[in-house]
Amino acid sequence: MTTTKTKPALTVEHLVKTFDVSAPWLNRVMEGKPRQLLQAVNDISFAVPAGGCLSLVGESGCGKSTVARLVTGLHKSDSGEIRFAPGRSGAPLSAQMIFQDPYASLNPRWRVKNIIAEPLRELKLRKTAAEIGDRVEELLLTVGLSPSDGEKFPHEFSGGQRQRISIARALASEPEFLVCDEPTSALDVSVQAQVLNLMRRLQDEFGLTYLFISHDMSVVRHMSDRIAVMYLGRIVEEGDTETIFADPRHPYTQLLLQTIPNIEEPNRDRVVVPGEVPSPLKPPSGCTFHPRCPLATARCSAEVPAVRTLSSNTRVACHLVEDVPVPA
Amino acid sequence: MGETASEPILQVRNLKVEFPGRRGVVTALSDVALDIRPGEILGVVGESGAGKSMTGLAIQGLLEYPGRIAEGEIRLGGRRIDNLDDRALEKIRGREIGAIFQDPLTSLNPLFTVGAQLEETIRQHLGLGKAEARERAVALLQDVGIPSPRERVDQYPHQFSGGMRQRVVIALALAASPKLIIADEPTTALDVSIQAQIISLLRKLCKEKQTAVMLVTHDMGVIAEAADRVAVMYAGRLIEIGPVEQVLRAPAHPYTRGLMASIPTLGARVERLNQIDGSMPRLDAIPPGCAFNPRCTSAGPRCTRERPELAPVGHGMSACWLNAGGIA
Repeated sequence: MTTTKTKPALTVEHLVKTFDVSAPWLNRVMEGKPRQLLQAVNDISFAVPAGGCLSLVGESGCGKSTVARLVTGLHKSDSGEIRFAPGRSGAPLSAQMIFQDPYASLNPRWRVKNIIAEPLRELKLRKTAAEIGDRVEELLLTVGLSPSDGEKFPHEFSGGQRQRISIARALASEPEFLVCDEPTSALDVSVQAQVLNLMRRLQDEFGLTYLFISHDMSVVRHMSDRIAVMYLGRIVEEGDTETIFADPRHPYTQLLLQTIPNIEEPNRDRVVVPGEVPSPLKPPSGCTFHPRCPLATARCSAEVPAVRTLSSNTRVACHLVEDVPVPA
Repeated sequence: MGETASEPILQVRNLKVEFPGRRGVVTALSDVALDIRPGEILGVVGESGAGKSMTGLAIQGLLEYPGRIAEGEIRLGGRRIDNLDDRALEKIRGREIGAIFQDPLTSLNPLFTVGAQLEETIRQHLGLGKAEARERAVALLQDVGIPSPRERVDQYPHQFSGGMRQRVVIALALAASPKLIIADEPTTALDVSIQAQIISLLRKLCKEKQTAVMLVTHDMGVIAEAADRVAVMYAGRLIEIGPVEQVLRAPAHPYTRGLMASIPTLGARVERLNQIDGSMPRLDAIPPGCAFNPRCTSAGPRCTRERPELAPVGHGMSACWLNAGGIA
C-alpha cells in the first residue's frame, strides 16, 4: 500500500464496481443475448493524504467518476473497502461532493439561500431560522459572494458564480473531505482560475482534503499532491505529482502528458499517437492498454501486469517497468 | 473572380448583429472585422457569450430569429453573401462553406449510413452520379483517416466512436471542397489524446487543400496547436487580432494578457493562479467606454469614457488605449 508521510484521510482498497448493462430480459430470451457486464472500476487501491489532494485523471469512460460516486456512497461497491480516517469529532470524516455542471446541479426553482441551507436543515445542524440565516450568510461570504445574493435564483448567476454556490452548499455541513468531479471543466479559463484559487484557499482555511477528478492535466498539476492515472477501470500509475510529470513511467501516462498542448511552445508537427480508448464492455486481454501501446510485447496481451511500487513511491502497472530492477 | 492565393477568401467588415426583443434591441456583435486567406487557420477565442460562435453563424447565414445583421458586409471570394436570400444561401452552405460543430453525434443523422450522408452532400453540390459519389465518399473517408473505409462507408453513426464520428463530420464538411470551413469547438467533446489527432488532421487537410478555416474555440491549447492567426473576442467585439506567436507570447490587450496568465502552465508550479476578477458583462449591460474597464487592472479615466478602436500593434491589432495614445 501507499506509504505517505501524513496519515491517509481516505483509504480505498481493491475497489470493484460492475454495472449490469444487459438488454431487457425479453430480448435476452428471444434473441439469445447473454448478460452483459461493464467492469467500471476494477481492483482499485489508493490513499488520499490528510489535508492533501489526490487527483484521478483519465479519459472519458475510464471509471474516474464512478470512483467519486463510490467514495461518496452514491453507488454501492461490489467488493473492496473504502475507509475514512476519524475526523476532528472522532467519527469518520464526512464527505461532500462538488459536481461538474453548475447548471444542472442547482435547483432552478430554489433561492440560493435555500439551496445552501438545505444541508443545514436536513442534517439539523442549526436550530432556529435565524441561526440558519447567519450560517448561509457566512458561507456566501466565504466563497466570495455577497449575502444579498442569497435572495436570487441560480439563473441570475454566471457559471463561475454558480460553482461558488455549489461549493458553499458542499461546505454547509462542515465536511473535512471534498470530492470534486471535474469542478471547472464547464467554466471558461479566466473563471476557472477564480474557482481553483478559491478551492486552494478553502483547503488552507478549513484543512480540507480533496479527491479531485479531472481530465485536464494542467489543472491537475496545479491542484494535486498525488496523481492516479486511470485507464479502463484500473489505476495504471500513481505517484507524487512532480514525480509523475518529471518522469512518467507508464506508456499511457507518457501519452497523456505528450498530448497536452503547450501554449508557450506549440508543437505543430507532433507525432500523434493513433488509436482510441477501447469500449469498456470488451476490454482487451492482458494489459488493457496493449493495443495502443508503442512498446507492447506478446506478454502484454496475455498477462495482466501486477502493480509494482518503485523507489520513488510511484506505483506502476506495466510489464516493461517491472523488468527494471528497483534500486534499494 | 481570379483571386491570387494571398487574397483573402473571407472578408468580414464592421459586422453588427442585433437581437430585437421586448426590452429593446440587444447588440450581440459590433464592429467585427476579419480576413481569412486560403490555407490559413484563424482561431477565434473568447469566453462563453463573447460572440465567437455568433460570428460563425452570421457568416453562414444561420442566425436564429429574431437575430439579424444590422450593419456591415461579409464577402466570400469577393462576392457579398450577407444580403443573399435563403435559397442562395443554401447553395453556398456545404458547397462553399463547410461546417464542423461541437458534438459529432448530433451533427450526423442517426438513421442514415455515413455513406448515404456523404453521397447526398456530394450529389447535391457537385452533381455527380451515384457510383461516382460513392467513390468520392470512400476517398473522403480515407482522407480523414478512417481505417477500411470501403466497409465503414455502409455503417451507421452509432457504430463509430466519438473521434471517428468527428472525422466523418470533417469528411462531410470537405465533401464539396469548400473554400472556407467554420469549425465551432470541433474538439471540445473529445478526449485529449483524440483531440490531438483531430487538430493535426484538420491542419493537414487545410494546408493540403488550401481551405481557409475559422476555428472557434475557448481552448487556448487548441489555438496554440492549430491556428496561424488568433482573434480574441470580448463582449461582442474583437479586442485583439494577430499572428498566433504574438498574441499568445506577447499579448497587447490586458484581457488577453489576463487570459493567458490564468491558464495553469506545465512549467513552474505556482501557489496561486492569476485571475481576472469579475465576469464578462451581459450583452444588455455593457459598460460605457471599453467593455473590459471594470475588470481591467490598468484602466484609466479615458477607458470609462471612450471606446478604443482596433489599432496596429506589432504585426497585429489591439483595441486598448494603452496601445493607442494612453489611458489618461
